[in-house]
Amino acid sequence: MEKFQTITSTCVPLPIENVDTDQIIPARFLKATTREGFGDNLFADWRYDKAGQPISNFVLNNPTYTGQVLVGGKNFGSGSSREHAAWAIAGYGFKVVVSSFFADIFKGNALNNGVLPVVVSEKFLADLFAAINSDAKTTVTVDLVKQTIINNASGAVESFDINSYKKECLVNGLDDIDYLLSKKDKIEAWEAASI
Amino acid sequence: MSKTLFDKIWDAHVVTAVTDGPTQIYIDRHFCHEVTSPQAFDGLRKRGLKVFRPEKTTLSPDHNIPTLNQDKPIQDPISKNQVDTLTKNANDFGLTLYGLGHEKNGIIHVIGPENGLTQPGMTIVCGDSHTSTHGAFGAIAFGIGTSEVEMVLASQCILQPRPKTMRINYNGKLKPGVTAKDIALYTISQLTTGGATGYFVEYAGEAIRNLSMEERMTVCNLSIEMGARGGMIAPDETTFAYVKGREFAPKGEAWDKALAYWKTLQSDDDAKFDREISFDAAAIEPWITYGTNPGMGMAIGGAIPTIDQIDDASRISFEKSLNYMGFKAGEKLEGKQIDYVFLGSCTNGRIEDFRAFAAFVKGKKKAANVIVWLVPGSWAVEKQIREEGLDKILVEAGFELRQPGCSACLAMNDDKVPAGKYALSTSNRNFEGRQGPGARTILAGPLVAAAAAVTGKITDPRN
Repeated sequence: MEKFQTITSTCVPLPIENVDTDQIIPARFLKATTREGFGDNLFADWRYDKAGQPISNFVLNNPTYTGQVLVGGKNFGSGSSREHAAWAIAGYGFKVVVSSFFADIFKGNALNNGVLPVVVSEKFLADLFAAINSDAKTTVTVDLVKQTIINNASGAVESFDINSYKKECLVNGLDDIDYLLSKKDKIEAWEAASI
Repeated sequence: MSKTLFDKIWDAHVVTAVTDGPTQIYIDRHFCHEVTSPQAFDGLRKRGLKVFRPEKTTLSPDHNIPTLNQDKPIQDPISKNQVDTLTKNANDFGLTLYGLGHEKNGIIHVIGPENGLTQPGMTIVCGDSHTSTHGAFGAIAFGIGTSEVEMVLASQCILQPRPKTMRINYNGKLKPGVTAKDIALYTISQLTTGGATGYFVEYAGEAIRNLSMEERMTVCNLSIEMGARGGMIAPDETTFAYVKGREFAPKGEAWDKALAYWKTLQSDDDAKFDREISFDAAAIEPWITYGTNPGMGMAIGGAIPTIDQIDDASRISFEKSLNYMGFKAGEKLEGKQIDYVFLGSCTNGRIEDFRAFAAFVKGKKKAANVIVWLVPGSWAVEKQIREEGLDKILVEAGFELRQPGCSACLAMNDDKVPAGKYALSTSNRNFEGRQGPGARTILAGPLVAAAAAVTGKITDPRN
């Protein structure tokens, strides 16, 4: 996993609530047996028409909006546990998803793939959507070490929560399996005690 | 200190706790299907690891499989590759597989309980959000991502932040004609699709106690649709009677020991929940959805909310949703013509669902305007349908039975609802495109599905 520390980037706005993982990556694209290539089908049914042509008014097809930060409406990532949703977002090139609320499994999957979910207040989110709407060049700065997000258009700053273990993993590019494998003796001790 | 049911099981499975981080939890039972596991097995290969406790993982392909001609090779080469990959992984890593054509094959959340693999007090995970189904037995069961599947394969453990606890009480009795599915859809409508995010839910109260095991599975199955990490119901005599004698259930002395422990698995009287809600069971009606998430639901005779009933911030999403469905704000849906009916899935694909459907359609005829897919959740369910003669009732009424699998719940196989068509579905999600690109899904229980199958319209089964 790549190390993650600080990012300053323009944003891609998606002001829809309850964006579920079936929209992020529809089920028919889940048949691959590798983690690669899902970015091409990120939001496929909103992004392409039946003939596979880009739908011009969908934000990913609008060259005005680019960047490594996806800004979504409340309750982002609900529904299916498919990690393919996180692979699609990472594969497309997003490093951060900002929303006022995330579904649990998606949040965990994102963190396990080096994508940082940043929870902001409803007001910060509404102001950020408004700022991007009036100027597509609006940037945010996400500092994982300080746990802050700055709306560089307004200067508004918020801090966000992340447990220190996950933060350490992201900052250093480590994953949970390394940790679990180091605990084999404890696992065997638990098994012995529970029989 | 007094504990909730959740606390008791969680605490018994803590291996280590990471300082200011997640808890390392031991997993008793792990299920895998073909869609969310291949990258995890690949990860093991890249790290040169074996499966740490192979006897605790069970595999069954369910998402991709066809519901006709399962004896023939799968036509779609990409689906075939994914199913074949599951078989290869089972062989390479020495795991139990109930593959295509096996008498125990079926939807993973149907076959786990059926075979006694699911038991009270267990921790159970699967790379599938509807793993919450198994919570019906008084287990901590939840869906995980593929990275976590790899963790469980490698270490039989998972790292999880401890969720908050919520108890939902259903006081009193359900009205006749109201099913477990209606309890769940009603609850999601009250709490919204994200309303239980961060919580593990315990369902309790008289109306829950009166449910059969299969009905309890339907309720717990849908926990994720309100964002909950999982749902659970304290085990009781109904649970023990269901588990006893099943293939992988404890036997003899082991049964007595297990039973003594299982009987301790209930929330203490003074246990504290982070949130507690109560509903009057008699207020629950047969429920249907009108929108594109399971929280957008209403009583079957009700009307879609008007725009002024929706918060400002949610109006764009509400209108987008109704536009997709082809419905108008304020509209009633009872009597509306539908095109497809789907009975099946891990939510409503069990024998009781087929009994309810068959009892309703007995002596009636399928409506000419609908295509009806009846898909048992497993081969064991299919066998029981035949043994009970339900198949004959269904055939006489103009229906045919398909072969088991996830089928039109998520349309990864050929069972796709065409764009713009309305499907009355007993499955769990009405998301845009869930049952096929452009398909419009109305979620409901098996009785509403049966009524729609014979009238061709959204119909209150009580009338």
